[in-house]
Amino acid sequence: MLYGYAGKILRVNLTEKTHHIEPLPEYMAREYIGGRGFVAKILYDEIEIGIDPLGPKNKLIIAPGPLTGVFLTAGGKTELGTLSPETGGYGDSNIGGHIGPEIKYAGYDMIILEGKAPEKTYLYIEDNKIEFRDASKYWGMECMEAEKALKSDLGEDFQILLIGPAGENMVKFACISHDYGRQAGRTGVGAVMGSKNLKAIAVKGTHSIPLYDKDEVINIGKQMFKACKEKDAEAQWSIYGTIGVTDWCNEVGAFPTKNFYDGWNPNYKNLNGPTAREEIIVRDKGCFCCPIPCGKYSHVKKEGYDVYVEGPEYESNALIGGSCYFDDIKDVAYGNAILDELGMDSISGGNVIAFAMECFERGVITKEDTDGREIKFGDIDSFKYLAEKIAKRDGIGDLLAEGVKRASKILGRGSEDYAIQIKGLEWSGYESRYAPANMLAYMTCDVGAHHNRAWAITYDVATGRDKLEGKADRVIELQHIRPLFDMLGCCRLQWVEISLELDYYPRILKAVTGFDYDMDDLLKLSEKVWNLTRAFWKKHNPDFGRSWDYPPARIMNEPIPSGPAQGKYIPKKDLDWLLDDYYKKRGWTEDGIPTREKLEELGLNFAVKDLYGV
Amino acid sequence: MKLAVKNELCSGCRACELICSLSQRGENNPHLAALNIVPHFPVPGIYEIKICDQCGDCAEVCPFEAIHEENGVYTINEDECTGCGICLDACPNDVLTMPDDYTIPIKCTNCGDCVLICPREAIYDADAASREEAV
Repeated sequence: MLYGYAGKILRVNLTEKTHHIEPLPEYMAREYIGGRGFVAKILYDEIEIGIDPLGPKNKLIIAPGPLTGVFLTAGGKTELGTLSPETGGYGDSNIGGHIGPEIKYAGYDMIILEGKAPEKTYLYIEDNKIEFRDASKYWGMECMEAEKALKSDLGEDFQILLIGPAGENMVKFACISHDYGRQAGRTGVGAVMGSKNLKAIAVKGTHSIPLYDKDEVINIGKQMFKACKEKDAEAQWSIYGTIGVTDWCNEVGAFPTKNFYDGWNPNYKNLNGPTAREEIIVRDKGCFCCPIPCGKYSHVKKEGYDVYVEGPEYESNALIGGSCYFDDIKDVAYGNAILDELGMDSISGGNVIAFAMECFERGVITKEDTDGREIKFGDIDSFKYLAEKIAKRDGIGDLLAEGVKRASKILGRGSEDYAIQIKGLEWSGYESRYAPANMLAYMTCDVGAHHNRAWAITYDVATGRDKLEGKADRVIELQHIRPLFDMLGCCRLQWVEISLELDYYPRILKAVTGFDYDMDDLLKLSEKVWNLTRAFWKKHNPDFGRSWDYPPARIMNEPIPSGPAQGKYIPKKDLDWLLDDYYKKRGWTEDGIPTREKLEELGLNFAVKDLYGV
Repeated sequence: MKLAVKNELCSGCRACELICSLSQRGENNPHLAALNIVPHFPVPGIYEIKICDQCGDCAEVCPFEAIHEENGVYTINEDECTGCGICLDACPNDVLTMPDDYTIPIKCTNCGDCVLICPREAIYDADAASREEAV
């Protein structure tokens, strides 16, 4: 018996409208733990080479972890993964809220969605009862309206994953929405759901999760709640959530400004945590069992709009407020609401719209493309116009819906230089031209330019921002610790933000599952998954390698024009030094591919054949 | 111990539901809790905490007099309860429940674990609060 797991995998064939339930193999639990580990392994094993990411052969995997739904601090996380339609490589995205626990209570450690529904469909899951239901009445609805309608029809105790119009229209950076404002935002998971004609998944579960040592779970769980309460950083963090870092990011020149032209916004005090708290936040909104709710629910009212929105999170603030260059937190929150309602990632969405604003400024996009309207940075009407065009894939929106990498290739005229992405994924909220460790983290992140796997600006500041030595070591360390949380199915922010000790996690994992792993064992498994996702990229893209890891020309060649990081950038020779150091320490080739020896050391022998032929 | 709530402080995390089911019924399952968090979203965006305030309405309607009060806490006597379920409808806060495979209802025992665990102090002990005020 597997403790901590529901013990079952739900495999759904949308084309045939059939499902079957498979036992969770014990080796999967022991070697890949759950969540991101399950997603990576299933994608590696089951995605055929050369398929269309938006065709029926792609799969969407939804996997909570062994700690999801269990009594500890913030065990509410779930990983979603797919062959990314934005990047053509490994894609995953993590979501909080309450959906992961509910999937476990319904009896599943993983849901694998295959095929394409012949009609507009939503998937109904109530324990063992699985139904393919008509979604035509919800199709076309924006996210909040659709979630409310589904809950009204099914009951408030259902947890819902759903897409908005952007997902229906397969915008490449469409997100999956949940709990009125939580999203699996990145890598286009919402576009894949839309490509399958699947509007929503509604889940209700009534089962208990079996625990290896119940008393010890209660004991350690209570210790974790108590420890969080006693942390010095708890109070400040809980008041502002992620937007609280806005001041600091500006003060170190790491705030994306005007499509990453600059590294700080002179008006940043209008966009910071205290301003948000005072002017718009009405409620703290936490994920399952989270003691430090970073979710901030806001009511924003200004001439022309009156909306409720969860956020803005720091990331939305950076890409909408910073990159699209607003100076009023209300406009940022309204922009956030627009993207949330349409169902597109606020990181990529903000980044793409900022790119379009710069294109217009430079005459690469003109009034002929925009129904005669002028597009300007800092103009909420421009923002709304472009967001709606993108969600509908109408006119210029159809091009922008492909993301900045593809759009800039078609637009040309030098726009590739300021299409701020890596591997096709739009850059998230940290300007890193004066932060070598963070730059390396972005370059080597296994989904594209995202900060989730490693975030190291504080490390850069502490150890010297001009120094390259030692940065690869820190990035590798973080790339094992942070994704481990996504394997376990719990949130990393208790550790990242308020310094909850890592020691708790192997202890609670043992009490929940009986697995006797220490932290080093778990980090080795995380390294295994890291190498597996890198191998996935190579397996599906024969020319994959070092050249895929570079940032765009603006980031590589242009000094930051003003502010605290003025004049700074990391020239290509230094980026190469960082990559050389990183690949070597990872046991990869000079082109950034895991060596045969490394794959074998990690028990990934099955990948050797794909990468080396024998 | 007198349970009381401040809805405006609740962040909807449901740690209270989970510790209730785990410590009182030995099950890791928030659906087996003797309290309930009801979200009101997207508008007006507030969580409503439904607790047992030991009002005694359940005892009043019990045809078998199986619910007894002691020190302000109403407890179901498992030997006397027949599982008829009449008390469920009488609960004004809808926190008395009887899941499918249960033979007697789940009722709050006033153990205080929800107060202990609530990270936002949205559930609190009104007796302790008034004692603090008195001091």
